Amino acid sequence: MRDLTRRRFLQFSGVTAAAVLAAGGTAVGVDRLLSAPPSGDSVLVLVTLYGGNDGLNTLIPAQDRAYQDGRPELAYAPEQVLALGEGLGLNPGLRRLHGLWEQQRLTVVRGVGYPRPDHSHFRSMAIWQTASPDTSVRTGWLGRWLDHAHTEHGADPLRAVSLEPTLPPFLAGERTAGATIRPEGLALPQKSLAEAYRGLGVADGGDSPLQARAAESVTELFTVAQAVNGALTPGTPNTLAAQLGAVAALVRAGAPPRVYSASLGGFDTHADERGTQERLLGELDAALGGFVDALAGVSRRVVTVVYSEFGRRVRANAGQGTDHGTAAPVFVLGERVRSGFLGEQPSLEDLDDGDLKYTVDFRDVYASVLEDVLGADVEPVLGTWKGRAGFETTTP
Amino acid sequence: MDRPTYADFTGAGDHRLVSRIPEPERVRRLVERFAFGAVASDAPGAPVCPDAVGAALLAQQPGGVEPPDLGAPPAVDAKDPAVKAAAEKALSAQNSLAVRWWVDRMVSSPTPLVEKVTWFWHGHFATGAGMVRSAGLMVAQNQTLRALGLGGFEPLAQAMVVDPAMVVWLNGNQNRAGAPNENLGRELMELFVLGVGNYTEPDVKEAARALTGWTVDRDRMRAVVDPKRFDAGPKTVLGAPVSDAHSLVAMVVARPESARFVVARVWARFVSDTPPPPDVVERLVAAFGAGRDVRALLGAVVAEPLFADPGSQLVKQPVEWAVGLMRAVGVRPAELADKDWAGVQDALGRLGQVPFQPPSVGGWPVGQAWLTTGAALARLSLAQVVARNVGEPPRTIEEAGAMLGVAAWSPRTRAALDHVRTDPRALLAVAATSPEYVVSR
Repeated sequence: MRDLTRRRFLQFSGVTAAAVLAAGGTAVGVDRLLSAPPSGDSVLVLVTLYGGNDGLNTLIPAQDRAYQDGRPELAYAPEQVLALGEGLGLNPGLRRLHGLWEQQRLTVVRGVGYPRPDHSHFRSMAIWQTASPDTSVRTGWLGRWLDHAHTEHGADPLRAVSLEPTLPPFLAGERTAGATIRPEGLALPQKSLAEAYRGLGVADGGDSPLQARAAESVTELFTVAQAVNGALTPGTPNTLAAQLGAVAALVRAGAPPRVYSASLGGFDTHADERGTQERLLGELDAALGGFVDALAGVSRRVVTVVYSEFGRRVRANAGQGTDHGTAAPVFVLGERVRSGFLGEQPSLEDLDDGDLKYTVDFRDVYASVLEDVLGADVEPVLGTWKGRAGFETTTP
Repeated sequence: MDRPTYADFTGAGDHRLVSRIPEPERVRRLVERFAFGAVASDAPGAPVCPDAVGAALLAQQPGGVEPPDLGAPPAVDAKDPAVKAAAEKALSAQNSLAVRWWVDRMVSSPTPLVEKVTWFWHGHFATGAGMVRSAGLMVAQNQTLRALGLGGFEPLAQAMVVDPAMVVWLNGNQNRAGAPNENLGRELMELFVLGVGNYTEPDVKEAARALTGWTVDRDRMRAVVDPKRFDAGPKTVLGAPVSDAHSLVAMVVARPESARFVVARVWARFVSDTPPPPDVVERLVAAFGAGRDVRALLGAVVAEPLFADPGSQLVKQPVEWAVGLMRAVGVRPAELADKDWAGVQDALGRLGQVPFQPPSVGGWPVGQAWLTTGAALARLSLAQVVARNVGEPPRTIEEAGAMLGVAAWSPRTRAALDHVRTDPRALLAVAATSPEYVVSR
């Protein structure tokens, strides 16, 4: 066993945080369990851009006449974009990402989408988050990974953590789910109130399934708070920069989560897109840049993936915005991932009813994330899916 | 072995095995699902018959409700940066005032069914104050939902598709002849009336054309059609000719898929997030009828044996839980100190649910999504603010149960409450966050 951490050892021995608490164990045991040797496992950070980020004004084919003709008021001129080569450049708001590209720490997967694209935010986000384009399923793709890990290694409320205000559906499994925390940490009650509240987390034989889940969430609160609070700063607002700052602090502290979720919303630019999107991409860029800085020394452990539910139409609408579209680039940041372009840039002339045709299925990206970052089997999550994005990662 | 619930034989069409919860539990369930829970002044322990309670609830009528005094609309589009900054601050204060006004209505209304149904429709036609940028338009939409929410679904959908806040929210302003914006047309079909899978992409494009021309006059708080922006050409949606917003909504609401879609949405919010079996759907659709009568549909839900099934449990949405708690202990948002109200609204934000601020046009999630670690903490802090403001907090664990309508505490919760038995306000706060009270059984 290559990386047998103490946490893993405890898991294999059947002694887990949740099990200790459920059995009426004391906080001391949990503290010891979780504060011991820092985890050295690789970590996935998933950044969701809600609203459908316009891929063509993010990774910009500025020299393409069809791009300029399709959206004359919205288009960036070739000299305005941050050139990456192959006729493509980044939005001027993405200066830090451009710097990371030059340091060979950024991978751009082009034309990512799925067959028979859906133009609804909710349906398309559900497709990305469940990894099931054809049929509705109740579990998120990483929720299935959590379920499988639960079966293999036992319960652990700290496998996946969301810094967003509500749990993203991709972290919901059938039997287990990720935890949510705030970038400022969790201010637990004190003294007798703490004793009483902790007591509500004990399982009761008369609980219905929903009541049992409510009790479990109380126990998880104490478990997670004890594990993370030392690394976080009270009073921090819930911005993307703060979410990623909290992730960096937790990774540096050797906290056990393998997956973190963060997000930025507002990309549904049906009107007056250019200023809005540039501002949002600037916020994304500053947050990712700060994240990379804060990870100095441990950055080899972390791979960050940035995606949105769809890109937008090639042609602008009358309101200087764009309507819901299809394929878009996915950014992968990390020193361990082969840098440069993956996938083909979709043609702006060979369109599907005004929309780009995807060249890479998003499940190829997920499969590579599972194998190369999480060291997990693809099968429990994606079944027999064969495609791979081909990250060619090195070990952390 | 556990008693079987309908989930065990979904689709079997045979409900002889359906068990029913006892009558007092049915009363509690009815009042929680259709009235945000009982109020402090209701005499506890009086024997009441579920049928009588259901009939009394369903007879409630929307009366005139005085809107909050918001003051003049702030000049949020001002060019001068100082003026604009002050206006943004004023807008935020007005939005917060609107939230407090509505939550106070939910807590104190003599017709809680009306508020509960208004709340349901707000989640269905979810519209966000952040993009509308007018507390006045949000309150006006809320009054429309209140006035029409228990009538026919068609007049309600007609009003919503041209509601000024909705038109701003879904870019109806930018939807004009020759340059359609599909946002409103798509959500009308997907989220409001038909549901995914019951229309095609060309239907969305044609529906968007039928919705062209609407513009919002913010000063007069209304939406009007500008004939120059309206696409007068022929359109076909779902194989039927339509001309404008009115004929489009009339046609889609009349589709049989629409009735099944609305029934499913009602079931998920009032009964259980396990979808009902087909025969139950058909009974509810029949009650909804050609007139799409919302009150009749709710009556059929109450009468449905599965409503009384032990398995028909729901996680209370954060607003429902907070309102139910304040009703039960007699705390009114309007009477709280500003600081304490701010504490309530902040905790609702951390729970992920503030009225007028849905995360998206899809509204809020259902079920286990509310049972997260972060929510567990925010719930306790909200309960503590409420407990601080209670006139007579419970002196015993039994009193806490009576106050919250929990007939019997589990051994787990009884043991937990024992830690705070000498501190009545802490006792109430912890009781309110127990699995027995967070889940509507």
